[in-house]
Amino acid sequence: MLENTSVGIVAPQTAHFHQPLQLKSGAVLPQFDLVYETYGTLNATKSNAVLICHALSGTHHVAGKYSEDDKNPGWWDNLVGPNKPLDTNKFFVIGVNNLGGCSGSTGPASINPETQKPWGSTFPVVTVEDWVNSHTRLADYLGIAQLAAVVGGSLGGMQALQWTIAYPKRVRHALVIASAPNLTAQNIAFNEVARQAIITDPEFHGGDYYAHGVVPKRGLRIARMLGHITYLSDDAMGAKFGRVLKNDVKYSFDVEFEIESYLRYQGDKFAGEFDANTYLRMTRALDYFDPALHYENDLSRALKNVKAQFLVVSFTSDWRFSPARSREIVKALLDNELTVSYAEVTAAHGHDAFLMPDPHYHAILRGYFNNMAIGALA
Amino acid sequence: MSQLTPTSSNVIPNILNSNAPEFRHDFAIIASWLPFGAKVLDLGCGDGELLQYLKAALEVRGYGVEKDDANWLACMARGVNVIQMDLESGLSGFEDQSFDTVILSQTLQAMHNTEGIVREMLRVGREVIVTFPNFGYWRNRYQIAMGQMPVSKTLPYQWYDTPNVHLCTINDFDQFCKDCNIKVSERLVLTDNQPVTFMPNLMGSLAMYRLQSQP
Repeated sequence: MLENTSVGIVAPQTAHFHQPLQLKSGAVLPQFDLVYETYGTLNATKSNAVLICHALSGTHHVAGKYSEDDKNPGWWDNLVGPNKPLDTNKFFVIGVNNLGGCSGSTGPASINPETQKPWGSTFPVVTVEDWVNSHTRLADYLGIAQLAAVVGGSLGGMQALQWTIAYPKRVRHALVIASAPNLTAQNIAFNEVARQAIITDPEFHGGDYYAHGVVPKRGLRIARMLGHITYLSDDAMGAKFGRVLKNDVKYSFDVEFEIESYLRYQGDKFAGEFDANTYLRMTRALDYFDPALHYENDLSRALKNVKAQFLVVSFTSDWRFSPARSREIVKALLDNELTVSYAEVTAAHGHDAFLMPDPHYHAILRGYFNNMAIGALA
Repeated sequence: MSQLTPTSSNVIPNILNSNAPEFRHDFAIIASWLPFGAKVLDLGCGDGELLQYLKAALEVRGYGVEKDDANWLACMARGVNVIQMDLESGLSGFEDQSFDTVILSQTLQAMHNTEGIVREMLRVGREVIVTFPNFGYWRNRYQIAMGQMPVSKTLPYQWYDTPNVHLCTINDFDQFCKDCNIKVSERLVLTDNQPVTFMPNLMGSLAMYRLQSQP
């Protein structure tokens, strides 16, 4: 069973871009790399490509394993593969690491060619718009004029939406999952607490910690712990951990409850492998995304040039990107008489639900991809 | 959400499409009330059968609203646009007068906030089509007279497991429209897919209304 549905052993590739990339902030990246993976085969008309956009801490490694004994398949392996909901027998699937990331694409830890030192604090603040612009370079590089679909959850959903706004002729379908048309004040607040945890870590050194040979692990750890709290629902956390104690009560500030143990474990794991400067930039990209801003906060007007067909999905227990936020997107699409379906999935897992293999959720995605024509460019 | 009549009960010879075993006369009547290419919102669209039919027959630009997961998937499989939401919370995601026609096909009787949804439909649609099983139909009356809640092709539920909470008669609905100042521009009553004109509140099984806001 596993053999039939896994894309198997995969390897990342790197695309080098030598044309400068103008960023929304005004900064210019003189050159950059994007690391990506592909699964399935691009068809002769190059009409079956699906781009997966990652969320805050995601990477280009969407599916498959790096070796036979690799215990950690790609982050959306339950979705992508032969006979899976996003079937690689039909589609050519692309995963890409975003600019500013820390998994191989040009980011703060990369070497700035002008200084021959890590960019660190001088790496520009990147936005969802910048990422999508850079994605089009990758599509060009792969010879893909028009994507069959762009898919993303959370911050990835914002990229999918941005694709349809900025490049209406280059994307036929957008799957916007557990996302929002912009962040609420509460969401920005969570991001700010996370950033403050990092920035105030004595080992942050204003973002130039690489030169000091240290990593602001404590800050990154707290940022991740905070994140994990908000990605789960109260119910899911209660069901998973409740008030279960790790050991007998010690009347101390050591780990007493299972939930503390879980958060510390997740925090430590993340702080050991993720870059703090990337975390700052990913959260900032979330904060800044607001396509309606220049249309008097009227999202419907912001989407007036959109041509793509949409599937919008939200999860009932997701309080960080609540169903109400997805309904705002749906309303704007309806106002523009676009083709859209919207599913509100009953799920207990909170924001994390978009990564879970819930049968109904996967049936929705499978149904949508089944219907998707790949015969020719629109 | 939608309590569509079991299709097997509608197997009738029909001049429009006599070979289709699942031909729905009520669908054909709804289609006859829509302009070609109309923008249509079908509330409680069930498995999307009506919208699929209207799309094929009239190339309508249609959206369904449905809260049930299995029905949602069925709509998707039919290629019908479907928005998952509970009608009881209103139609706040839809702009005023943004649809040519808003349809509520055999779902009215399952709504708690009946007046609310009809008002919302009239806000969103330039025209509204409502169909419902007529509780005043003589077969229903007969079963009541015999001391039991009616169970039939159009009301296929036992009293203890029915989603229907606001069953009404044709007379009741006429009065409702009067009280709410809603204009009935057309009314058609069917029994076994045939139009009924004689004593419709007694002889009619399915009531179909075209409604408009009073100026």
